[in-house]
Amino acid sequence: MPSSLPTRLKTNPLAAVLVALALGLAAPVASADNLADIQKLIKSGQYPQALEKTDAYIASKPRDAQGRFMKGLILTEMNRPADAVAVFTKLTEDYPELPEPYNNLAVLYAQQKQYEKARTALEMAIRTHPAYAVAYENLGDVYAKLASQAYDKALQLDSSNAAAQGKLSLIRDLVSTNTRPGGKPATVAAATAAKPAEPVKPAAVEPAKPAAEPLKPAATVVPVAPAAVTPVKTAEAPKAAEKPVEKPAAPAKAADAGEAEAVNAVQGWAAAWSKKDVKGYLAHYAPDFQTPNGMPRKAWEAERQQRIEKPGKIQVSVDDVKVAIAGDKATVKFRQNYKSATLNSSAGKTLVLIRVGGKWLIQQERVG
Amino acid sequence: MRRIAFGGLLLTIVAVAPALSVPGRSGTAAPPTYSDSGLEAQLARVYAEIEKNRLDKALELTESLLRQHPNFRLGHLIKGDLLLARARPISTLGNAANAPADRLADLREEAIARIKAHRQKPTANAVPRYLLQMQPDQKHAVVVDTQKARLYLYQNDNGRPRFVADYYISHGKLGAEKMREGDKKTPVGVYHVTTSLPRQKLTDFYGSGAFPINYPNEWDKRQGRNGHGIWLHGTPSDTLSRPPKASDGCVVLANADLDALAKNLQPGLTPVIISNEIEWLSLDDWQKERSALSKTIDQWRADWESRDTDRFLRHYSKKFQAGKQGLAEFAQQKRQVNAGKEWIKVKTENLSMFRNPGKEDLVLVTFEQDYRSNNLSNQMKKRQYWIREDGSWKIVYEGAA
Repeated sequence: MPSSLPTRLKTNPLAAVLVALALGLAAPVASADNLADIQKLIKSGQYPQALEKTDAYIASKPRDAQGRFMKGLILTEMNRPADAVAVFTKLTEDYPELPEPYNNLAVLYAQQKQYEKARTALEMAIRTHPAYAVAYENLGDVYAKLASQAYDKALQLDSSNAAAQGKLSLIRDLVSTNTRPGGKPATVAAATAAKPAEPVKPAAVEPAKPAAEPLKPAATVVPVAPAAVTPVKTAEAPKAAEKPVEKPAAPAKAADAGEAEAVNAVQGWAAAWSKKDVKGYLAHYAPDFQTPNGMPRKAWEAERQQRIEKPGKIQVSVDDVKVAIAGDKATVKFRQNYKSATLNSSAGKTLVLIRVGGKWLIQQERVG
Repeated sequence: MRRIAFGGLLLTIVAVAPALSVPGRSGTAAPPTYSDSGLEAQLARVYAEIEKNRLDKALELTESLLRQHPNFRLGHLIKGDLLLARARPISTLGNAANAPADRLADLREEAIARIKAHRQKPTANAVPRYLLQMQPDQKHAVVVDTQKARLYLYQNDNGRPRFVADYYISHGKLGAEKMREGDKKTPVGVYHVTTSLPRQKLTDFYGSGAFPINYPNEWDKRQGRNGHGIWLHGTPSDTLSRPPKASDGCVVLANADLDALAKNLQPGLTPVIISNEIEWLSLDDWQKERSALSKTIDQWRADWESRDTDRFLRHYSKKFQAGKQGLAEFAQQKRQVNAGKEWIKVKTENLSMFRNPGKEDLVLVTFEQDYRSNNLSNQMKKRQYWIREDGSWKIVYEGAA
């Protein structure tokens, strides 16, 4: 279902949130079947039944984020935005570290044309998860909407002292003939329609990456996510580590798993380098990787490609690895042994990795 | 990359502003005593952040500006750009697609006018050429530059104009140099505030108050100019400022600015000089101009006292006109009167000299005339227009003020 994630997100809030759900919330194994049933009901459009099941599920596990999240989705689909907002709001209060409820709140706010609220929610989502591509995309759209509102204020308040009535009709006029950012006539009348129509632009497909942001979740992030995520039910242990909301008892074990994953990632990185697999090598870097001296990503990638593809064998190995994990961040210190036709070195290196959609990616790379 | 493009755009706008050329102007600028509502300064900070590519900071400043001035449309336009820049590349100031082009153009003009004005504050050692001499009871003078969309307030510091503040203004939709009723132009000339109309007597359109000026004045009428109802006034309550060219001929200020200005306006007294583009003089040149004319006026007074009618009449232009009287009739009458005089004493007091903006050398001189003679004494307020003719100053009009 979530394979066409990036584009469907924009137009179908449910798809968006479902994927977000899969992305962010790992269901405890015991309840996975229940939730899977509910998802089936949702898929076939049987929302009242799904809601009923979800309510029952939540009754047995009142703190369960997964169930409550599901309820928010169903309410959204049932055109009950106020109820859905309430559910997601409560989730953000109880689990402020989860980006998904923020994102979905934003989608709901945007539907109601409350773009400032949507913006705040999305900025919160990004604050909790700096590499959360969906939130970036949505935020780009919300910015465009806010811009359009600002333009309306700049241009549509009539300057010739027309009466209030005149102003109103002027606004309606201009907005409905307008194909601004969304390319979508956002009529004033439609503002109250509760239909979960796309609040955000369907056109302009370029995932609006805010150039202004410190991070650049390039399009590459998006494909990563669904692949890693689809099996909601299986919910492997490491996933639970990612979000220890449900089982605060298991952090030690989870951290171990995370550690192993992080080391694996570093090994994979060194292996790709050794194989002169530039694509594979670059795939180990997070979209918001801090390039040396802040050089443009493209330039840095070109430089890496050129160096790695130089004729001659390269051999990179790591040893003496130490890992420190804090949430979705891993700091891996090791000795990097590098051998090429022209250089033979062994030096300390530190990689800071972040977990993006279940993968550990390099955010910082420094010597020492 | 997008951000750079945006910053570049604003830089371009700013670069459009030519340096203010002031003949003989040099030295460092003295800071003005106080200034307008601070919008320009805040806008300048926003632009500075944009130039440094710190769009987040720029947006933050813009939003804070809009909290103070929610009706500042240009602010909303910039906010729109800064938000849109986060979502997609933008190419110009005001990226609202399919927006009415004229309104966008208006806001761009306002942006340029405001930024230019901020970068080109008048300096302490340059004065508008028009303020040759303020009379002692005129506490302030107002000088308007329509091309710069700016109004400058000067204080009378013992006859020397001292810069106080400047404000963004709007003028006629079709520009300046009003000629006819309904031509949607702002008059150019030397006027004064005639009265004060409080907010209560006005519709919301005029904002916080209005100050009519005496267009058409004697000179305008002589040139065949007509029309009426040229005011300085405020803006509607939902509007912080109007575009540079927006009115039917009035000079329009933001309400806060009008309120600040109003404190310094004396109905019946405060001069309002409207120009296309202010000519600035260094203090030295200004001093030279005013003393040359002062001397000539005093010579005219002395020649009148001399009872030598030819000496007296050399101060009058061939084109002299006072009411229906041309130079010949005027000369004949003076000869007749002078024949019966044994002595004449003339005093001119509370004298002002304001140069009329424009290519023509024309100065409005106003004073209280105390005339005494063996058979007649008379006191009156007199108004004269002096014109440069064949290299010297001549009276081309005179009458009671």
